[in-house]
Amino acid sequence: MHIPDGFLSNEVALACAIPAVAAVGYGLRRAEVDLDDRRVPLLGVTAAFVFAAQMLNFPVAGGTSGHFLGAALAAVLLGPWLACLVLAVVLAAQAFVFADGGITALGANVFNMGVIGGVVVGGLMLAARRVLPNTRAALLGVTAAGAWSAVMAGAAACAVELAVSGTVPLATVLPAMLGVHTVIGVGEAMITVAAVSAVLVTRPDLIHGPVPEPSSPILTTPVTT
Amino acid sequence: MKFFTILALAVAVGLATAVSPYASSSPDGLERVAEDKAFLEQGTLHSVQEGSPAPDYAFPGVDDARVATGLAGFAGTLLVFGAGYGIAALTRRRAVAA
Repeated sequence: MHIPDGFLSNEVALACAIPAVAAVGYGLRRAEVDLDDRRVPLLGVTAAFVFAAQMLNFPVAGGTSGHFLGAALAAVLLGPWLACLVLAVVLAAQAFVFADGGITALGANVFNMGVIGGVVVGGLMLAARRVLPNTRAALLGVTAAGAWSAVMAGAAACAVELAVSGTVPLATVLPAMLGVHTVIGVGEAMITVAAVSAVLVTRPDLIHGPVPEPSSPILTTPVTT
Repeated sequence: MKFFTILALAVAVGLATAVSPYASSSPDGLERVAEDKAFLEQGTLHSVQEGSPAPDYAFPGVDDARVATGLAGFAGTLLVFGAGYGIAALTRRRAVAA
């Protein structure tokens, strides 16, 4: 979903860059508070995993592929604001080193793939904490729903930005973007749930927020490390 | 943390190096929509990107496309790990010093 330069008007690119910069700046402030020495490497590892997994395009339908975005995974592990920071690191490296995604569109890409996903998943997790039990099953359910929603919300935002830029009418681009990302979002949910499950069995304490209690025999297998 | 970091980083580097050369090369969701709705040609390369070291995830100077992608994945994953770790360590140090 990387927008290249030339798709967005300068006004739209700027309007997206402002909240993106604000969210990343706030993420940097939160890094000072949220990251103890033990969790500093987690930010690097999460960014590395998101970058790696984004390279693995999977086929969806009719000569189209999709790829992992990663904001949901980053938000579950590090919280919404550090997730913005992680995605900004990944997207900046992709734009400057690999010419993937535009330079003037970088703010919009961080907004669509980082900020929106982080906020959607962070908000869902806050809401879930009030109404759902603090179990691993509940966490994985919220993770799946959040990952799918993050992709759909990012795709919708991308469509709106393209339409406001005058590149393509909203009535044309919105259904097309939501249609293809309905399937890509399922891939996002599967990868995110798999990655969060792997963290749950190895280092459940690395999940952002209260450590979920084991809820099913499958996930309670003791791990000896 | 050390064990988890090494393990998780190894998984990421392994995926980017060994699996990415076999990933789907079809256009992704946005590229597909841009092609279908005829605005794909509006995409441009920023002048900054004309000198980018590994455009399209192809490691420079390698003829074999799969090897070039795998090497780009290897180098890129380590670069992103270093950048993420470095930023986190710097903000942490600033917080401890304050």
